[in-house]
Amino acid sequence: MTAPLDTPAPKSVRRDWIPHVVIAIGIFITAFPLWVAFVASTLSNPEIAQAPMPLLPGNQAAANYGEALLQGGRSGRILTPPVWEMMFNSTVMALSIAVGKIIISILSAYAVVFFRFPFRMAFFWMIFITLMLPVEVRIVPTIQVITNLNMMNTYAGLTIPLIASATATLLFRQFFLTIPDELVEAAKIDGAGPMKFFRDVVLPLSVTNIAALFVILFLYGWNQYLWPLLIGTDARMQTIVIGMSKMIDSAGGPTDWNMVMATAILALLPPVLVVILMQRWFVKGLVETEK
Amino acid sequence: MAELSLSRVRKVYPGGVEAVKDIDIAIPDGALCVLVGPSGCGKSTLLRMIAGLETITEGDCRIGAGRVNDLDPSDRDIAMVFQNYALYPHMTVYDNMAYGLRNRGTPKDEIEARVQEAARILEISPFLDRKPRALSGGQRQRVAMGRAIVRKPQVFLFDEPLSNLDAKLRIQMRVEIKKLQRALGVTSVYVTHDQLEAMTLADILVVMSKGHVEQQGSPLDLYEKPASTFVASFIGAPPMNLIPVGAGENGPQATGLTGGRGLAVPAGGATLGVRPEHLMVVAGPVPDDALGITFPVSAVEAVGAETFVYGPIGGSGQEIIARLPGKALLAPGTPVSVAATAEHLHLFDSQTGKRLGP
Amino acid sequence: MERKVVFPQKLLPYLLLAPQIAITLVFFFWPAGQAIWMSTLLQDPLGFSVQFVGLENFQAVLQDPAYLATMQRTFLFSFGVTALSMIPALLLAVMADRVVRGATAYKTILVVPYAIAPAVAGALWLFLFQPSIGTIAYPLRLIGIDWNPRIDGTDAMIVVLIASAWKQIGYNFLFFLAGLQSIPKSLIEAAAIDGAREIRRFWTIVFPLLSPTTFFLLVVNLTYAFFDTFGVIHAVTQGGPGKSTEVLIYKAWYDGLIAQDLGRSSAQAVILMFIVIGLTVIQFRYIERKVHY
Repeated sequence: MTAPLDTPAPKSVRRDWIPHVVIAIGIFITAFPLWVAFVASTLSNPEIAQAPMPLLPGNQAAANYGEALLQGGRSGRILTPPVWEMMFNSTVMALSIAVGKIIISILSAYAVVFFRFPFRMAFFWMIFITLMLPVEVRIVPTIQVITNLNMMNTYAGLTIPLIASATATLLFRQFFLTIPDELVEAAKIDGAGPMKFFRDVVLPLSVTNIAALFVILFLYGWNQYLWPLLIGTDARMQTIVIGMSKMIDSAGGPTDWNMVMATAILALLPPVLVVILMQRWFVKGLVETEK
Repeated sequence: MAELSLSRVRKVYPGGVEAVKDIDIAIPDGALCVLVGPSGCGKSTLLRMIAGLETITEGDCRIGAGRVNDLDPSDRDIAMVFQNYALYPHMTVYDNMAYGLRNRGTPKDEIEARVQEAARILEISPFLDRKPRALSGGQRQRVAMGRAIVRKPQVFLFDEPLSNLDAKLRIQMRVEIKKLQRALGVTSVYVTHDQLEAMTLADILVVMSKGHVEQQGSPLDLYEKPASTFVASFIGAPPMNLIPVGAGENGPQATGLTGGRGLAVPAGGATLGVRPEHLMVVAGPVPDDALGITFPVSAVEAVGAETFVYGPIGGSGQEIIARLPGKALLAPGTPVSVAATAEHLHLFDSQTGKRLGP
Repeated sequence: MERKVVFPQKLLPYLLLAPQIAITLVFFFWPAGQAIWMSTLLQDPLGFSVQFVGLENFQAVLQDPAYLATMQRTFLFSFGVTALSMIPALLLAVMADRVVRGATAYKTILVVPYAIAPAVAGALWLFLFQPSIGTIAYPLRLIGIDWNPRIDGTDAMIVVLIASAWKQIGYNFLFFLAGLQSIPKSLIEAAAIDGAREIRRFWTIVFPLLSPTTFFLLVVNLTYAFFDTFGVIHAVTQGGPGKSTEVLIYKAWYDGLIAQDLGRSSAQAVILMFIVIGLTVIQFRYIERKVHY
């Protein structure tokens, strides 16, 4: 999706600056909350409390981030675990969900596309229908199932139920359907069975799709909210996003905003970095998963 | 090396559609057999049955002495060149050629030697490290051939391998395939819908239609003695003129036709066939046993070495084509008389289309 | 669409499907079935006896003024988020489509909020709107606006609305820009030669050609506002003050887990299920249409 190189639409040269100004405003709106959050994370609480708050970074960055990472934040009587522990939980969750979803989706798409067997379409529809059953619509019974399986407050409980994926399966299926029949036949003649074909041909050809999905699914896993709120009730199993929200005293009591903002910055940094560093695959992933 | 034989081979799809009907073909060791026919005639299905990519419903397919019906494609000792080449896009040219050998556990240095040898023959040695997408169509075609050659199989199978190339390259590759096949002496089956390709390549030419063999034999046999109107119009370009005729006292009878004595037209009429290239312009009367046709010229196409003359014949208004050598100075609208000698006349049953007489 | 060439193995595909199907059955179908079943049951407050009541829970929920108010609020909120994220995104995309240089860099920056968790986005905006100290709240107070999302329901709604929309602008921007760039330049040039001025060109040529993208984004953003903004609301307002920011998902969660009213919560879940199904069907019908275009 790069800008086309052919002649742009006719426009009056005089108003050339308008787009730049509008985009600058857009970027300002995008960046301003992030900048203020970053500044707040480098100030002491009294500095934040003096209105208006300074808009240039202070000198408390090391102290704030150090405290957040190693000791955790506090809101009223609630004390969160050290942020590094919560980041670890988030990392485990995001990576397991992304990798798990990719593995089970690519396998099931491979089964549905490259084989003929009884109930093939029934299975496909079963997977497809999960699109219509997000966690939000089955909160209570899901918790019962997780409790019965002794998966409350475990990494397994946090991740396994989320790794079924209609979207990823549909994406891989779509891609597999574009692999030419002759390639499969050539492989058969070359003596490759289904699993060898999967490993030697399908997997290498799927690399960009896998990368694209990985970015999307990493965000999905890292940014989960309701699920870890339901399953990770123990402070030990808290993710950083949940931990951050618990540091805000929504009852209106005093909130350590420098801690909250330092934690917020730490919570948004990994997914933002993934998106920026893997931009190309991210855009592809967005476009493909919404097809 | 081995001979390939098909006996009473049939293919019936689960829906009941019979794609291949009762086919017998025997290809001697080292010969190149071309299956030709319009799309949907079953030629590709037959090839894929030999490859093991389609099951054989009935009959036997033998390579050498062994019946291969129940063997996997990889166990039949065949190699196939696909229409779209089917190169593995993520592998280098080298790996594309080596993949099948590796899967068979061929020793590494043996693979190296065979790939280098094939690359040398096909003149693709400089590209061994490239991916297929960095190659031109012709080069990809060569890699696909290379992948077949390195395997040293008993049988080569070609599925319209040249149809994705432009006209010039197609002729060049056609010649190369022929030379290569001769040099390697591997029994081959080649599928195409292009009759010219079929004529030039084949040792044995098999014309197929609607799942059955219309005729098989040497290309010139088929050209000279087509067994049916289907073969007559399929082999040769432009196609043979086919003219419905009635039975006259001395031979065929139709408006605009003269002569042709000695042709035994049955009482119910028949189809008379004469190739465009066998018609020559005549000034005077034609001999009794030759066939004379007079028609008004409707169009003239001069292509330099020869001229195609079109016009409607007699009452039926059917268009006939004459292929005249050099430049023929004919103007549309003027009548022209052409004739063909007796040995160039063919007679077919008007119902079944089968050849009548010798 | 089907492949013609497949592998003959009969058992292998079942093994390949097993993990996905197992998870789907245990964590999706079973709980969803339970939710439907529970929506027809009435549990007495102490949890001793359970009684089948048919559709009574649905009746109760749909006649409950509080529920209907929440539903109305949810629709207002969802359309608000959708409009607030799509309109600026379209404007930005139109502008970015004109600048040949730097479009990639703009994209990179604008899409950053999409990567941020809804709850974190909520926290950032809550901080800006904190009554006493917020960088935006402070000037508002100076010009005499008594601003306090902790007390004022409208103020609270504005914060969650802005935070939710902010996160989504970059996403919409990407799709609008891609849509704009796929419009053949020759069409716009033809319109220019036909004498259409810039703004007229946009409304008569560009916008109609963009309508598939617009429609698609409309569905995606509504779905997002409906289901994915739980984190924003839970982190920022907890549905309050009062019930002024309570949306359907939040209520289903609250009634089920905090108020422990299983029957009614399940009935709400089933209603939500229908909404998801509706949105999904619309989305896929649209895709089908796009394919046949």
